[in-house]
Amino acid sequence: MAFDSLSEKLQSVFKNLRGKGKLSEEDIKAALKEIKMALLEADVNFKVVKEFINNVSEKALGQEILDGLNPGQMIVKIVNEELTSLMGSEVTELTFKPGKELTVFMLCGLQGAGKTTASAKLALRLKQKSKKTLLAACDVYRPAAIEQLKVNGKKVDTEVFEMGTDVKPSKIAKEAYDYAVKNNFNVLILDTAGRLHIDEDMMAELIEIKEKVPVFKTILVVDAMTGQDAVNVASEFNEKVGLDGVILSKTDGDTRGGAALSVKRVTDKPILFVSNGEKLDELEAFYPDRMANRILGMGDVLSLIEKVEEANKDRDLSKDKEMASRMKKGKFDFNDYLESIKQMRKLGGLASIMGMLPGMGGKAMADFDSDESEKKIKQTEAIVLSMTKKERENPKLMNPQRKHRIAKGAGVDIADVNRFIKQFEQSQKMMKQLPNMMGGGFRGRKGRFPF
Amino acid sequence: MEENKGFFKRLREGLTKTRSGFVSGLNNLFKASEIDDDFYEELEEILVMGDVGVKTTETIIEGLKDDVKKNHIKEAAECRELLINRLKSVMEVPEGAYDYLDRKTVVMVIGVNGVGKTTTVGKLAGRMKESGKKVLVAAADTFRAAANDQLVKWAERAGVSIVSSVEGTDPASVVYDAVTAAKARDVDVLICDTAGRLHNKKNLMEELRKMNKIVDREFPEAHRETWVVLDATTGQNALNQAREFGLVTDLNGIVLTKMDGTAKGGIAIAITSELNIPVKYIGVGEGIDDLQRFDTDEFIDALFTN
Repeated sequence: MAFDSLSEKLQSVFKNLRGKGKLSEEDIKAALKEIKMALLEADVNFKVVKEFINNVSEKALGQEILDGLNPGQMIVKIVNEELTSLMGSEVTELTFKPGKELTVFMLCGLQGAGKTTASAKLALRLKQKSKKTLLAACDVYRPAAIEQLKVNGKKVDTEVFEMGTDVKPSKIAKEAYDYAVKNNFNVLILDTAGRLHIDEDMMAELIEIKEKVPVFKTILVVDAMTGQDAVNVASEFNEKVGLDGVILSKTDGDTRGGAALSVKRVTDKPILFVSNGEKLDELEAFYPDRMANRILGMGDVLSLIEKVEEANKDRDLSKDKEMASRMKKGKFDFNDYLESIKQMRKLGGLASIMGMLPGMGGKAMADFDSDESEKKIKQTEAIVLSMTKKERENPKLMNPQRKHRIAKGAGVDIADVNRFIKQFEQSQKMMKQLPNMMGGGFRGRKGRFPF
Repeated sequence: MEENKGFFKRLREGLTKTRSGFVSGLNNLFKASEIDDDFYEELEEILVMGDVGVKTTETIIEGLKDDVKKNHIKEAAECRELLINRLKSVMEVPEGAYDYLDRKTVVMVIGVNGVGKTTTVGKLAGRMKESGKKVLVAAADTFRAAANDQLVKWAERAGVSIVSSVEGTDPASVVYDAVTAAKARDVDVLICDTAGRLHNKKNLMEELRKMNKIVDREFPEAHRETWVVLDATTGQNALNQAREFGLVTDLNGIVLTKMDGTAKGGIAIAITSELNIPVKYIGVGEGIDDLQRFDTDEFIDALFTN
């Protein structure tokens, strides 16, 4: 949810923009001023913001806007387009050398950016793609950096090559490369030490590694929380060492993540992944257009759809149909309830779904206590799981005795069981009424802008 | 440990880049002759580019405008002294900020991932040991792989004892052991390294609360210091971090790390001005003695000295 607060801001700007019939130049200026402030507070670099605002205002102040039927929509469109083009228009897949040739990735960045963690995450991802991967520990400076990589390597079941701390990183890289070639590895990931972009010696070290080893992609790991300095860091690494891509780390914080825009702008190198969690399987592809949509509060519907599709892959469609028809008749039971909880889990939990829905970004999400809700869902699940098969199929069987037993089994209060069953009965009633409500109503909403 | 080069010099070395970016900008600005809207706009740009943040920048500029009016200042050059004073008043370290050194103290070092907590704990231990204190460090980061090994190495360097831990154990139990050891060995300062935690992760913040509770219960007579470590390259999110950590624990200090890069460190101004938490130490390098007390006057002076 890196950009939530930004989308919240922009949404409030556009809220003001709507409502009025036509926009004056002053209105557009005011809106752009808000956007500028929001972007700055989001840590997008000042110069990048300036350029962005100029581009948008140039387009927005033109004829087409003022003549348009809904100027608010036009501004959203332009801001969205500019934002998307700023972040790169499409997903960049990580590429490899052809055939069985060894592909070398070198990860670099400032101290604490998350290189070692990203290395392990990348290794896991490649492993899932059936690439035989070797991790090389080239950070000989930070105490215990090698141990960290070794522990993480073990967790992702990937071999780690190391030569202790008394060997030059370029030599370690070279030896690792030879070892990888000899042992038929597909990929070699070089984890390098954190360094300041103004530390000439340390930057020279990276260049030396590149001279000794045919590095296929040099990837900069950037902390999503980086401020204005992101442009300096990225451009120095790019100019001195040469970058091919970026991994954005720590996007699971509440940072607005403006650094992503800045880095993209100054290096013009794609953001390959976002590394957004402490668990080693949390490395995701970066979708620039969707991210731009999310900034504008239109929701990451595309991401949601994709996740739904993925979850559907191993799902029994006939069962779904059956469930849907039963639901229409208001005949769904506790088993259906369990099933829907399972489906939601596959989509990444409640919080992740909510975040992707339009209008649910920003403020709505801030008020939504995901931990609390997940806890409730777990509790409900426990209640259903404490029911016998017959009870699950036939909710009408419930009586005080049974409820007491269920409460004990689920480790909850009898009141919780009562509340749940009552809610369940209510939703059953609602489902019965639903078919009538679905008749018309939905038509006419088509074509409306989703904000 | 290498010879102490003196704070001012080191700070200036560390801040060279800060000055060349942030301050040369300020100096250029003050070469402008007139105080007009362009002048303030340019000042705003420089401050925002220095990560001071939009809101704090506005506050500073509004204040500066008042001062200029009150003192009937016409020339931009005179504005410089005013701005320096303004920044100094914002960044003042309160009296008694370092009094903990004279008492039995438990220092909790907290922060998000990758800001340099373990390194800071190592450097702090070295510093305090140098000044003749009996120091114990606790490796309560049981999450990150090999964090314990890293701190063990720092403890060796600093020549202090350590309560180490095994990955995956309950950090609160490590804190418990450390407090017990600190009392038994009668140490002056116990410094607890903790796992990096994003301030928006509820469970991890609860874990922090639990660690604090242990110290409260087991060592009530100890003076408490809780410092949040902030990375100088961090942007406005550092404010959120400090704010959120402040909700869970009584923050009474900031350690600002990685000030030797090109990061302008302006976020320190924003945090101190908005949250009133003083910066106590800054890290300006990777050596064990590259952690120094934060001194407002020297900091601001160094910023403005060519």
